[in-house]
Amino acid sequence: MKKTPLNQTHRELGARMVDFGGWDMPVQYSGVIDEHQAVREAAGLFDVSHMGEVEVSGANALAFIQQLTINDAAKLVDGQVQYSAMCYPEGGVVDDVTLYRFNESRYLFCVNASNTDKDFAWMQQVLAESAINDVTLTNRSDEFAQIALQGPKAETILSSLTDVVLADLVYYHFCEGAVAGVEMIISRTGYTGEDGFELYLPASSAVNVWQAIMTAGTPQGLLPIGLGARDTLRLEKGYALYGHELSREISPLEAGLAWITKLDKEDFVGKAVLVAQKAEGLSRRRVGLVMQERGIPREGYPVFVGDREVGVVTSGTMSPSLKVGVALALVEPAFAQEETELEVAIRNRRMGAKVQRPPFVK
Amino acid sequence: MEFPEELKYTEEHEWVMVEEELAVIGISDFAQDALGDVVFVELPEVGTVLETGKAFGVVESVKAVSDIYAPISGTVEEINEDLLDTPEIINTSPYEDGWMIKIRMDDAAEADALMTADAYQKLIAEES
Repeated sequence: MKKTPLNQTHRELGARMVDFGGWDMPVQYSGVIDEHQAVREAAGLFDVSHMGEVEVSGANALAFIQQLTINDAAKLVDGQVQYSAMCYPEGGVVDDVTLYRFNESRYLFCVNASNTDKDFAWMQQVLAESAINDVTLTNRSDEFAQIALQGPKAETILSSLTDVVLADLVYYHFCEGAVAGVEMIISRTGYTGEDGFELYLPASSAVNVWQAIMTAGTPQGLLPIGLGARDTLRLEKGYALYGHELSREISPLEAGLAWITKLDKEDFVGKAVLVAQKAEGLSRRRVGLVMQERGIPREGYPVFVGDREVGVVTSGTMSPSLKVGVALALVEPAFAQEETELEVAIRNRRMGAKVQRPPFVK
Repeated sequence: MEFPEELKYTEEHEWVMVEEELAVIGISDFAQDALGDVVFVELPEVGTVLETGKAFGVVESVKAVSDIYAPISGTVEEINEDLLDTPEIINTSPYEDGWMIKIRMDDAAEADALMTADAYQKLIAEES
């Protein structure tokens, strides 16, 4: 199994480790609910070093990225981050990504851990099949560790370890600077719906930086956070996760990512199919569901209206903040309107649920 | 982790406490720890007939759904209603407040055949 530079640190903290897409990762330390609440109320520290990083450089970097991704990368300025995705020509999703613009000829993609090799190969293929020259792709995933510091206390904690004026760093922007004496990329982004930062740093410095942040943050209520709470935190905000809401079989329009699918920009991989899909109307849509009865919706549970199966749950959990079951599901568009009453088949019982646009927790 | 001597245990990590012809059933400290935060419990109705080895209930943690199996056969006499609103007591008190059901046993000898605390601890030492 692959290990991040912080593997031993997690073990020393008493984490429960699991195989996550081939990576030996912490699923919990003190407990999922405890960790979840720490991020909502104080702060949490996540090892996300398993995520992949691919650099795109060269004079035609932007032209290539415009061809590769569905969002409009021309809108980015230096130091800005964009949420985007790559599609297959058939319209399904290769991966969702964040894109960092350093300058007009240097960008960095952050991609999902288990997709890194597939994504890098896909980028090389799209480049090779295009007429675009003077672009270099570099898989830098092994060089970087990545640590996410998330929660309302994140800025206070990180400020004590850096001279960078974090108050000036706005959401979905990044800068380069030193934290705990280590030069890194400081990005005001995250996957929890809270304020916070994602730090891209040399793998060799990961342990020192992690410990410096833990030391600075512990008096503020900072806890280390595993994959269990990472999932409940993103679900409460309705964020898509590749392999659940997104896949080769699900288009970004179906997955609720129309807001990043810029069908009016120049040609990109998948555009023709997505334009046709929009014109013809979608056969299913991603919705949020809130249970009206006790019971926890889980991935794969069918969704019914009367006797008719109208969809399927793609991710579900008990919301630690709301204490009710919440889910993301793909359903027929006729049943996707707000407040529509549906039923989720939980084992041998049907339980009432209502369509509600995420975030479930404001 | 604690494994009271007076209880019997199963390979599926349930415990059984025999009180004459009745038996109280729950899940072990090892099981609750492995599951993590319990957020939902589904129990059978009073009067349900349980068959040894068949699932009688469900315990859900944030991440996982686990069936709970009848360690012995019998008829459900009482269920722990507190678990419906405060399922987390399975984590805090797996052997006392977190008991799940009480059954009238078909055959008390079935309980005698279950594992002792010692044998159960050996089993989980091998598993973990």
